[in-house]
Amino acid sequence: MTGKTIGAIAKADDLAASVPQAGARRIAGPTMLVALALLLAVATVFAIGIGAYRIAPLAVFRILVSMLGFDAGGFEPQQAAVLRTIRLPRVVLGLITGAGLGIAGALMQGLFRNPLADPTLIGVASGGAFAAAFVIVLGATWLPGAVSVLGPWTLPLAAFAGALAVTWLVYRIGDAEGILSLPIVLLAGIALNALALAGVGLLSYVASAEQLRNLAFWSFGSLAGGTWALLSAVAPLAVAAIVLGMLLARPLNALALGETQAGHLGVDVARVKHAAIVLTALAVGGLVAATGVIGFIGLVAPHAVRLACGPDHRVVLPGAALLGALLVVTADVAARTVVAPAELPIGILTAGLGAPFFLALLLRRRGQGGL
Amino acid sequence: MLTARNITVAFRARRLLDDVSVAIAPGETVAILGENGAGKTTLLRALAGDRQPPGMRQSGEVMLAGRPIRAWSLPERARLRAVLPQRPELAFAFNAREVAGFGRYAHHGGWRSPEDLGIADAALRLTDALHLADREVTTLSGGEQARVHLASVFAQLWETQCASPRFLLLDEPTAALDLAHQHQLLETARTFAQTRGIGVVAILHDLNLAAMYADRVVVLLHGAVIAQGSPREVLQPATIGEGFAVAAKVLPHPLVDDGMLIATAARRPEAPR
Repeated sequence: MTGKTIGAIAKADDLAASVPQAGARRIAGPTMLVALALLLAVATVFAIGIGAYRIAPLAVFRILVSMLGFDAGGFEPQQAAVLRTIRLPRVVLGLITGAGLGIAGALMQGLFRNPLADPTLIGVASGGAFAAAFVIVLGATWLPGAVSVLGPWTLPLAAFAGALAVTWLVYRIGDAEGILSLPIVLLAGIALNALALAGVGLLSYVASAEQLRNLAFWSFGSLAGGTWALLSAVAPLAVAAIVLGMLLARPLNALALGETQAGHLGVDVARVKHAAIVLTALAVGGLVAATGVIGFIGLVAPHAVRLACGPDHRVVLPGAALLGALLVVTADVAARTVVAPAELPIGILTAGLGAPFFLALLLRRRGQGGL
Repeated sequence: MLTARNITVAFRARRLLDDVSVAIAPGETVAILGENGAGKTTLLRALAGDRQPPGMRQSGEVMLAGRPIRAWSLPERARLRAVLPQRPELAFAFNAREVAGFGRYAHHGGWRSPEDLGIADAALRLTDALHLADREVTTLSGGEQARVHLASVFAQLWETQCASPRFLLLDEPTAALDLAHQHQLLETARTFAQTRGIGVVAILHDLNLAAMYADRVVVLLHGAVIAQGSPREVLQPATIGEGFAVAAKVLPHPLVDDGMLIATAARRPEAPR
């Protein structure tokens, strides 16, 4: 992600401009959102049922209904227990993670006016990764007190703090007298990402074999840590950020005309820029802490919605949240079943499935010009 | 009225605008003329109520309808003045109807208000771009794009009634257009503005277009106003020579009743003695 790529994209648009063509066909936004919501509902029920201990979809449905206080009957108590304590929190974590990554990607692409932007641009992921690596490798020797007090919470808390700290630095560097310079934010993000990853590299270099394994596992991402306790810590912030992010749809649309022109149209550009970055950090920071790095969702989900329905953020923001959730929940089912009883890291799956899907979209779109 | 009083804009020791005062009345069309670097765009930025770029200091006062322009809130300002930038940008493949609809940002909003969609289409029809409504703007030619962006600023000031005077600022609106569309754009903008009592400020390079469509012209040179008034008073060989460093002659226009045709040529270097 450099200035050069951005230039290349602009050039590609110029080329496309010289080819006369009919308007690209779009799927109507509301149709797409309803379809995604239905698919997500079905995928969620299946995701809850599928696993080492199988629960039939109908039983899943009945248990969920009875959890809402209606007596549906028709399931074993053991099924209900597995669903309540193991499956459901994991799937809910997947839903929130996917939605958070999807909406954060859409916010970043809209804000930077570039389809290549994703949440990692502002240092959220690398900040979290550095802090996590620090705890895994040096936590026991350098911060024994903290580790013994916080126990299993040490890693997610440190990752959250790291994610927010690096984003805050990027933000401070880009901010001059209240005006956020996006090119400087972008470049500061690139520099601090490189610095954080160098730190991770250094920590990996001094790590023991055992620590290296933990580090690798964390950086591949996993929903295995999904418990109600963890959710109660990360979900409120992430859900609030997802909901508030949707409110930026109209200003982000106007921002496509550039900051100055958006200001002429009545958009408070400074506020929109600050809001988009803060919401992205809040949506993703806690999730990175809870799940590790799950790549590609933030890039692919908004992109796919935009290619199918056009770039209106009133569709792209909710669509990216729904599609992101769908992708993560589905990928997690694959992660826990493909090599059962072992588990594949979900980050490998999202990148492994996401990248070819993304390429297919690009190839289909190539004949029709512009992104 | 849109009034700029004693505007000075400086970048370090250099004055980009030097004590400039202009006033635009509702319903009139004012052309800002001047050679490259004369300060036209800087003046337009001041009139729009924009911040000047970092490092530039602006002094003086811009009043919109009797209030300092930056005292109006952003949405209020957006309903009272629209700006067509010199090179409109557009990220993502929005179609022409959506871009025209962006002009309605400060008005109704909501999920596709039918009224706003109707206004976007009507504005596209006015700029001869309705047939492009479903096309992605990034795939259009430069001239077609210019007409779509013009439709967006028309949509912004579409209401026929407004309690306060409104203004349309155009930064080189004819730059990307062929001859027929240059005339069409200025004619359309003038009619649009006159029927709604909107004042128009347009930066132009073509003196003949200015003579034909402007009620008044302002000539800038090195950041200062060297002449302002009706085209017939101002666009005379002496002023044109001073402002643009060309030789000029003013003739009766063969195609326009009462019109003037300005012929220009490079100045011959003075013969050595």
